[in-house]
Amino acid sequence: MNTVVADITYRAMLGRKRIWLLILLPVALVALAALLRLVNGQDEQTAVLLMKSFAIGTMLPLLGLIAGTGVIAPEIEDGTIIHLLAKPISRPVIAVTKFVVAASLVAVLAAVSTYAAAYLLAGSESGVATGFTLGALFGGIAYAAVFLLLGVLTRHAVAVGVIYALVWEGVVGGYVPGARKFSIQQWAQSLADQVSSSPFFSTEVTLGFAVPAMVIVTIGAVVWTGQRLRSLSLTGDD
Amino acid sequence: MTTTSSPVTTRQGVLELAQVSRWYGNVVAVNDVTMTIGPGVTGLLGPNGAGKSTLLHMMAGFLAPSNGTATLDGRRIWHNHEIYRQIGLVPEKEAVYGFLTGWQFVLSSARLHGLPSPADAARRALDLVEMTDASGRRIETYSKGMRQRVKVAAALVHDPQVLLLDEPFNGMDPRQRLHLMDLVRRMGEEGRTILFSSHILEEVERVAHHIEVLVAGRHAASGDYREIRRRMADRPHLFRVRSSDDRRLAAALIGDPSSSAVSLTEQGVEVQVTDYARFTALLPRMARDLAVHLWQVSPTDEDLESVFSYLISGSSR
Repeated sequence: MNTVVADITYRAMLGRKRIWLLILLPVALVALAALLRLVNGQDEQTAVLLMKSFAIGTMLPLLGLIAGTGVIAPEIEDGTIIHLLAKPISRPVIAVTKFVVAASLVAVLAAVSTYAAAYLLAGSESGVATGFTLGALFGGIAYAAVFLLLGVLTRHAVAVGVIYALVWEGVVGGYVPGARKFSIQQWAQSLADQVSSSPFFSTEVTLGFAVPAMVIVTIGAVVWTGQRLRSLSLTGDD
Repeated sequence: MTTTSSPVTTRQGVLELAQVSRWYGNVVAVNDVTMTIGPGVTGLLGPNGAGKSTLLHMMAGFLAPSNGTATLDGRRIWHNHEIYRQIGLVPEKEAVYGFLTGWQFVLSSARLHGLPSPADAARRALDLVEMTDASGRRIETYSKGMRQRVKVAAALVHDPQVLLLDEPFNGMDPRQRLHLMDLVRRMGEEGRTILFSSHILEEVERVAHHIEVLVAGRHAASGDYREIRRRMADRPHLFRVRSSDDRRLAAALIGDPSSSAVSLTEQGVEVQVTDYARFTALLPRMARDLAVHLWQVSPTDEDLESVFSYLISGSSR
């Protein structure tokens, strides 16, 4: 962890227009919850549905994508990353720092908005709010790590990330039961299910699989990012 | 600062490329280059696309040689972040963190280097490039030349033994250019190893005491700039002369040893000149004696590419 790298990265992420991109989805989630409550009143089933499909199913991967790729991919693209890399700092330290920035942004934004939205719809009923908040928190961290890695692996990180989130987690995960085991969303839901006792909510992936999987994916992605940064090459324009 | 390690580090700032090649797929960008860059200012000269940036990136640790080794004072550069204690790099790409002020940018560089008093170092570096007054403004408001200077300040903040600059004078106005040239020259005189790339001969000869010429990925020539200048003046020139009587002029020219070939074309007389000084003195006198009017005398191969290709053929002889 390097505080100078973190400082520059936070400034880049939160400065000016970029921050709106990050805030947009969390605000939409809370607004949707408020609207549903106004129309239908408090309803646990609606809460679970909104959490599953929007908070964990849509907002979380997109936030992870925006923050995870955002902390590094633009800098690689325009070459500003050289300012950080041409320094006597080990590249894995830079990778860890970038991860901490991305993960903290996703975790805070996702957790706060998820709790607010779930609480609006279900109060503290059946632990729905706390359960999904926990899921969003750790799911967000895992997403940040995976998309950070994607940001250093390919110049088309955003496109690949969107395809992963939509096709793999959305479609394949929806229809192919086996694929669900390898989905960050499903792991996040397993965490949520552990805390929540809601009868409207059940998950297929066991906690015994989800937790180690999350830990391994997160650490693996960050370590791999560090290795990729060590070998980052600049190709001249000439 | 790093004198605690092996005696090798006491030898100061010698960059060495040993039989270095770099290719991308089937394209060879740098081909079997061996060179040693020591203290003083060295200019890396070559036309666009010659592989200058590729070579600099390998010296800066941002590209692995496909073959051969790149070392600084005997230590491998690739995969070695410790070398940045000794190297300062000014990349060609203009992009810098636009949302930072010049001061924040240079200060961050000092802090990333872990300097004992980063603020003093940042102040000194900004002063050196005359950017103190503008340092409170965001970099996105800077002109291209100002960005370049603030990048130089960030690269100099840790007082490196080696400074690598990729096309540093591009986009600068004449005053800024002279100032940076002066700075580079001064730092070279202080005993630093400075290598900068350029495709403009005049830039190189004004600043560098030593020139390495790179053409099409090959190390074409190496030496003192006067030596290279002389070889460039001595190379055969192709002149095209249009006159009132081309045939008569051609007949007289072929009789003189200053030219090796003379041919009559639709556009006039083409003369392959081997002795530049003799030919330029001879032609007007000859035209006067023959009562031929000269309408046009133009060198046809003055472009940089032909100069470079001559240098390669010269060095392979």
